[in-house]
Amino acid sequence: MFDINKIRKDFPILERKITDGNKLIYFDNAATSQKPKVVIDSLVKYYENYNANIHRGVHKMAEEATCAYEEVRQKVKSFIGARNEDEVIFTRNTTESLNLLAYSLGELFVNEGDEILLSEMEHHSNIIPWYILRSRKKIKVKFIPITDNYELDYKSLEQLVTKKTKIISLTHKSNVLGTVNNIKKIAQIAKANGAVFIVDAAQSAPHLSVDFQDLGCDFLVFSSHKMCGPTGVGVLVGRREYLEKMPPFLGGGEMIRKVTFEDFTTNDLPWKFEAGTPNIADVIAFGVAIDYLQNIGLENIYKYECELTEYALDKLKQFDFLKIYGAKDCNKRAGIITFSNPVVHPHDIATIVDQYGIAIRAGHHCAQPLMKKLNVSATARASFYFYNTKEEIDLFVYALKKAFDYFAIGACNELIKGKINAKQNATTTR
Amino acid sequence: MQNKTLPQLDDLYKEIILEHYRNPHGREPLSKVNYQAEGMNPLCGDEVKLTLQLDSENDKKIEKVHIEGHGCSISVASGSMLADILKGKTIAEAKEISKYLKEIMHDKINDTEIDIGDLEALCGVKKFPVRIKCALLPWTTFEEALLGHEHVEIS
Repeated sequence: MFDINKIRKDFPILERKITDGNKLIYFDNAATSQKPKVVIDSLVKYYENYNANIHRGVHKMAEEATCAYEEVRQKVKSFIGARNEDEVIFTRNTTESLNLLAYSLGELFVNEGDEILLSEMEHHSNIIPWYILRSRKKIKVKFIPITDNYELDYKSLEQLVTKKTKIISLTHKSNVLGTVNNIKKIAQIAKANGAVFIVDAAQSAPHLSVDFQDLGCDFLVFSSHKMCGPTGVGVLVGRREYLEKMPPFLGGGEMIRKVTFEDFTTNDLPWKFEAGTPNIADVIAFGVAIDYLQNIGLENIYKYECELTEYALDKLKQFDFLKIYGAKDCNKRAGIITFSNPVVHPHDIATIVDQYGIAIRAGHHCAQPLMKKLNVSATARASFYFYNTKEEIDLFVYALKKAFDYFAIGACNELIKGKINAKQNATTTR
Repeated sequence: MQNKTLPQLDDLYKEIILEHYRNPHGREPLSKVNYQAEGMNPLCGDEVKLTLQLDSENDKKIEKVHIEGHGCSISVASGSMLADILKGKTIAEAKEISKYLKEIMHDKINDTEIDIGDLEALCGVKKFPVRIKCALLPWTTFEEALLGHEHVEIS
């Protein structure tokens, strides 16, 4: 049973007042999510009761901490449908997971003249690691275009994959458009062409049921902090066939088996890729977040977010000068509404709605190439999670109207005035 | 229920700022270019292209400023005000104004008194720390132009 009032009580921050009398309305969930009290409590419990370094100690607390840490690997395995625990690697965040892959896969089998295929809707974290690899290996980085309906252009994709394509690395769900890509279909194309397929699930894992084996990709990466867990924990799920052959990314303690004055040998999976003391407390709290999400149910979360998105899109129709980026069909875009308008800059919108306690994002959302493709320098983005409500959306729409009113009054620029007045009939003076 | 009054906002979006945003000054083309720079805030995508034309008889005086680009109301209004206030000033005076404005924004004590005209309205930005860089983008671009740096990134 999805009880929104009960859920909201789990998040202490939702009681916070941002400006005079204005409670927080948090619509910046694509950037990071808020944390339920159980997750926060778990951090305190760890530091107050069994803070110890893991794997090497023989004392009681070291054993407790090691167990708690490794238990989370088990939880992640079943949460994301990985095959084995040793194919689940903890990193710092999605970005680090992608850097690990670009470096290590790059060393393993990418050579001069090879191609890496990305898409126009990627976050910088799935572009820059490949640019860095390009500067090392003299390879080509190509981008699958998006269609006018803000979806991946699957036809172009098939043309762009060649025998030279070594790696395809794509987002599961765009952090700007909300578009959910057809990963299963692309996995088949990748397989048929012998390319390794990486999926960036940072925006999908928190919001929809994601199953690594069902998707059929080779690697999947995501972050704890966007799914009710703490910052500082990322996940990399992969196939042992590759992970075993891949050279280590970071060197140090934990990732070795034997070290001599001459050389070293690497530890088994997954620890081969977990150099140094990991983020023990946050990994353990991430496990609590996974339990929390599974208790509510990812299907319920997805359904509820679709409802919110549909409701918001309907309410936003009254501003018909708004340009909303994203698929029309709610099933193809989830929880994210990115928009621009001819008069009020996204920064001004964000400042104005912030006065009502509403947190949205304004800017390029770490996707500058996509902004260029959309032909805007910046956009505003509202992104929802399961603790948001329709009432909050109503207030957001009210605040937006205020923002538009603020700027439309006595506009002397006839062009702008015309654009606004033609479409916004109920503009009042402030 | 959320509070419906916005007293703070009136400090930020003074009518004069909105005026400049709707109808920015300094858009007329120049007959010659003595200094130029493009300023950009990669965090928000705001861009300013600034060119200065100096007096032909006395090249220490700014005859005209051309400014274009895109950005939020604060950065566009600030650029528009810059074009107004720097016109006819010597380079030394212009630098002084720029320094003065930056000091006000960052709450530094300043003993000098300079008449900054419409720019006074920009001072409300102080209450919105994340927006200060919007207000200063055109000014930093101006300072960098004088230094001969043609591309500036501010964050």
